[in-house]
Amino acid sequence: MTKYIGKRLLLMIPTLLGAAVFVFLLMRLIPGDVCELRLAGEGAYADEKAIQLCREQAGLTKSLPRQFFDWVWGMVRGDFGVSMWTGRPIIYEIGLRFQLSLQVAIMATMTAILLAIPLGTLSAINQDTWIDYGVRAFSIAGLAMPSFWLGILIILALLIGTQALWGTPWMPPIQYTPIWVDPVANLSQLVWPALATGYRYSAVAARMTRSALLEVLQEDYIRTARAKGLVEHLIINRHALKNALLPVVTVIGIEFAFLIGGLVVTEQVFNLNGLGKLFVESVGNHDYTLTQSLVMLVAFVFIMTNFVIDLIYAWIDPRIRYR
Amino acid sequence: MAASEPPAQVAREATSGALTGVRLGRATLSWVRQKPLGAAGAVIVLGMLLVALLAPVIAPYDPVRNAFDRMHVPPSTVHWFGTDQFGRDVLSRLVYGARTAMLVGLVASFIGASLGLMLGVASAYFGGRFDLFFQRLMDIFMAFPLIIMALAIVSIFGTSTHNVVVAITVPFIPRCARVVRSSALAVRELPYIDAARACGFSHARIMMYHMTPNVVAPYLIMLTAFLGQAILLEASLSYLGLGVQEPTPAWGLMLQGGAEEYAESAPWMAIFPGLAITVSVFAFNLFGDAVRDTLDPRMRSTG
Repeated sequence: MTKYIGKRLLLMIPTLLGAAVFVFLLMRLIPGDVCELRLAGEGAYADEKAIQLCREQAGLTKSLPRQFFDWVWGMVRGDFGVSMWTGRPIIYEIGLRFQLSLQVAIMATMTAILLAIPLGTLSAINQDTWIDYGVRAFSIAGLAMPSFWLGILIILALLIGTQALWGTPWMPPIQYTPIWVDPVANLSQLVWPALATGYRYSAVAARMTRSALLEVLQEDYIRTARAKGLVEHLIINRHALKNALLPVVTVIGIEFAFLIGGLVVTEQVFNLNGLGKLFVESVGNHDYTLTQSLVMLVAFVFIMTNFVIDLIYAWIDPRIRYR
Repeated sequence: MAASEPPAQVAREATSGALTGVRLGRATLSWVRQKPLGAAGAVIVLGMLLVALLAPVIAPYDPVRNAFDRMHVPPSTVHWFGTDQFGRDVLSRLVYGARTAMLVGLVASFIGASLGLMLGVASAYFGGRFDLFFQRLMDIFMAFPLIIMALAIVSIFGTSTHNVVVAITVPFIPRCARVVRSSALAVRELPYIDAARACGFSHARIMMYHMTPNVVAPYLIMLTAFLGQAILLEASLSYLGLGVQEPTPAWGLMLQGGAEEYAESAPWMAIFPGLAITVSVFAFNLFGDAVRDTLDPRMRSTG
């Protein structure tokens, strides 16, 4: 097992390095650079010398391999550098937003798990009944509905609902408050985006729960359990669900990895200052160092999640042994 | 895998070219009976395609003409779905928006899945180092967030419908290649591939005529699954301002800016484009699910 973990961790290096090369080159393919944009953006006149000086300070005059090597070596030592646009350390810029994005992602995941597993199970045990059709309609609709539209509808419903109830429309706060400072203010802002993304997420997971459980219920050992007169809820909870959860864990994990960087659209609707927004801004500003670090962060989370999923597999299913 | 499944027969009959019209009709009819939901999805999809093709005939107004004397008109018999902040007819914009959605959806899915098919087959066929290198490359692409790819493509080449298609196609390639590769690996071990090699056929010929036909099932499954996703992605990118640009009518774009700003006073601007996206993706998904069940009843839905 230790050997397997070591091998997997080693295999991450080429993938991460590949992602690094890819984002490094991609960013430099975009016409213009951060200095031109900062000094001569919006059509202002800028002295050619000033731009050159700024480039030198940002390290843009060095050769490309040199820049790449400096950047990667910095990351290896845990130094991500400073943002080319704001001049503040990247750790600080990301840290500000990471909290918010992580919290929304975790809350959406919780929504998904709490909804998907009971719904998927209900749907599978009542296959081809109205309950099943209802759950399936719910989940297919969840896959089809764009999360940003759901977000707009939620805001609309809040506005109209509070107007009708209290006479004055209420909107979720725009300012982010950490949960340990004021849980009520924090949740009243972040519950809505979590629900908007959680719906789609739970739809994906519910479909998976249903089909995995249906397959497991065909197995011989379920028939044996029934034949020996075991109570149905024990068969489902103890025997069937445990085996059906493997693929569900996979989808939940993959969607979670996606959420860390993929909240761009939801953040836009709810006007949240999270990682997604930072991404869009940093690409727009040609902020190479910040964009590169963000991509590395997302790639790392993605690869790590896949790795953790594989470990959870082994933990849930003792038959799986990694070598 | 799927090629030997009995239920695949229907679809194989429906796709193989050498069929008389009658048999094709009968195969379609029995498929409709077996998969009523999928058939319903197919009907909606066909309807959407028709709307997209006949947009100039169906749309009651010019979708891009501003009319500042008729801004924010609520739905009525004159403007069925109301007008937007520039006085443009929402229904007409929806009808023309179907063109954008269908174009992007079909082109991106088709190119993405087909490139994935070629790469997947090649990777399985050549195996060894090529396969290993290729798999790592796919890992990198999968770990790369789609939005970043889209942002970069748009910043490099500018915003246009073409570039939206490119941005959506790229992430589809590794996903399809993965699935096709796993099927192709099994096909590669079959004796007739060795026989073909022994006959002295070229690599290209073996891959094209002997391997590809046997991995058509996973290819079609991925292709149909991509259709709905592509429409959703196009809507998201356009909503973010990274996709189709004003004044071109596109559903995601219609939800941007005005729709949010005036959500309370003019909710029709936010509701109808979202419904259009949802219904079309819903239909494509129903159709895709049915195709998957027909071609491979054992393959699980991965969302």
